[in-house]
Amino acid sequence: MNGPRAPERVVATAAAVKAIEGLVAEHGPVMFFQSGGCCDGSLPLCFGEGEFVIGSHDVLLGTIADCPFYIDHRQYEAWKHTQLILDVADGEPEGFSLGAGRDHHFVIKSRVFDRDELDALRPA
Amino acid sequence: MTDILTKPTQDTGREGGAETGVFVAPGRPGSLVSLKPRYQNFIGGTWVAPVKGEYMKDVSPVTGEAFCEVARSTKEDVELALDAAHRARKAWGETSLTERAAVLNKIADVIEANIPMLAVAESWENGKPVRETLAADIPLAVDHFRYFAGATRSLEGRTSEIDKDTVAYHFHEPLGVVGQIIPFNFPILMAAWKIAPALAAGNCTVVKPASPTPWSILKLAELLEDVVPAGVLNIITGPGAEIGKALASSPRIAKIGFTGETTTGRLIMQYAAENLIPSTVELGGKSPNIFFADVMNADDEFLDKAIEGLVLYAFNKGEVCTCPSRALIAESIYDEFMGRCLDRIKKIKQGNPLDPTTMIGAQVSTQQMEKITSYVDIGLQEGAQCLIGGSRVRFDGELADGYYFAPTVLKGNNKMRVFQEEIFGPVLAATTFKDEAEALEIANDTLYGLGAGVWTRDGNLAYRMGRSIQAGRVWTNCYHLYPAGAAFGGYKISGVGRENHQMMLEHYSQTKNLLVSYSTKPLGFF
Repeated sequence: MNGPRAPERVVATAAAVKAIEGLVAEHGPVMFFQSGGCCDGSLPLCFGEGEFVIGSHDVLLGTIADCPFYIDHRQYEAWKHTQLILDVADGEPEGFSLGAGRDHHFVIKSRVFDRDELDALRPA
Repeated sequence: MTDILTKPTQDTGREGGAETGVFVAPGRPGSLVSLKPRYQNFIGGTWVAPVKGEYMKDVSPVTGEAFCEVARSTKEDVELALDAAHRARKAWGETSLTERAAVLNKIADVIEANIPMLAVAESWENGKPVRETLAADIPLAVDHFRYFAGATRSLEGRTSEIDKDTVAYHFHEPLGVVGQIIPFNFPILMAAWKIAPALAAGNCTVVKPASPTPWSILKLAELLEDVVPAGVLNIITGPGAEIGKALASSPRIAKIGFTGETTTGRLIMQYAAENLIPSTVELGGKSPNIFFADVMNADDEFLDKAIEGLVLYAFNKGEVCTCPSRALIAESIYDEFMGRCLDRIKKIKQGNPLDPTTMIGAQVSTQQMEKITSYVDIGLQEGAQCLIGGSRVRFDGELADGYYFAPTVLKGNNKMRVFQEEIFGPVLAATTFKDEAEALEIANDTLYGLGAGVWTRDGNLAYRMGRSIQAGRVWTNCYHLYPAGAAFGGYKISGVGRENHQMMLEHYSQTKNLLVSYSTKPLGFF
């Protein structure tokens, strides 16, 4: 387990939380999976709950507005020194993800953890 | 005088000269490309309006403005396309190889006769430079159809003599109706990569082009109305979450082919598993391009080729799954070699993709622009050094709202996220290595395994590296060549299956075994 001062690995902007609440009201519970490379990749993919089958090696990064946010375990290893910030941007999603409300899609911004945060995230 | 020079001519479709002029944008007077305000789905050899009557705008990244509408299809339209494909399935599957090959060759001939028109259409929709579509995308699509026309006729079933009176015959049979999902980076060539083998093997297909590039392939379909039998090729446009899902998860397809993003690839395989059907998925990459010290042993044509080999990260604006996006350079030559490469990168001409002298055009969408920008940001946060570029480029006039990003080089180390993730933009992550062992270690320190490049004058070294790099394609003293006949596909999480080769016909066929006894003797069990 992480230490008590450990920062969240994934957080969301107010706009993202609002978009999720709208989606949940319309479609029911949703889930996120951070996508990898190519084409419309490297975006957070949003699905109806259970639409994407979570494997035994996937990593639960955290929850946003009660919705789980997962990442592939290999990708987690390459990303774990950064905090993911879920946000929304203009335009419909280009791939298989649900949109973030009308004419919007979810995006990820990243922030590198500082030394104190990395220490706090280190398993106790 | 200006009027004469800028007056477009119907023959060349260019302004400012028949040889060097800028191509006129689709739909404008004098353009090679006609444009309708609205496009429907191509189903059963004809144009069919979407059931719910909804359309979506198609934006040109050249200007950032919408230029036409395409069908915003729903699952009802997927069913219509599948209906048409299933109606055509039996007859096409039983069509002789002679006739099937003739249809593929006819497709190739029609594309070849329209190379400039399709090149301009694809450039306008995708933002890639027209000199690339003229020289690579469209001619390669032509050759691809011809290759599979030949490949399917040369593919033979095998027979085995099990014993003196027992023979096993193996026949290739079509799968039936397949679904194929195409990426945005090569809207016509990637469609050709999928459609050609599917049709050659006797299947009918329902194709979903990528959401940012649904139109240029419809321009191709307009040319094929009377070439491909009705229902053999169907194209429907719309959002991935709606029709991509409906197609990939349909119990009415016998196979799903997909090129795109890695997590979506997993989703596609999940849908295929639900229906117990095969899938071919070609996914992401983070390809190493390795330059050994001996490339600088002489200042000659080969060195010039190697420098170009590094700068090829900017080919198609970096929107290539095999983009050589990690340059690994021998420490002893780094300063001099990178200096030469940066000089070359400074000479890249960026601008209107329809100008045949333009070398890098516009990123396909605002979403891609945002992603590239955020990656450069995180690269700098992680301590990478920006050697050139690093930001969006703004042009004046009509291009002012287009999606242009400067060719960028970041120097750092392989643990940084810009070395581990596919940026899908003109951003090179460069680092150094001390020796062969370290070069190999860095090359393989990635989730992906699609492409790689090795540059050296030492043939033995090139062979050792090529065999040790965990990637499906290792370009050796070359890069970004995509000839039909060279198998293409990924190791690790870069995908499952191969394209671009005769073996693709196996991916699109069933194996029928007839086990025949020519003996009259009973087994004697009962």
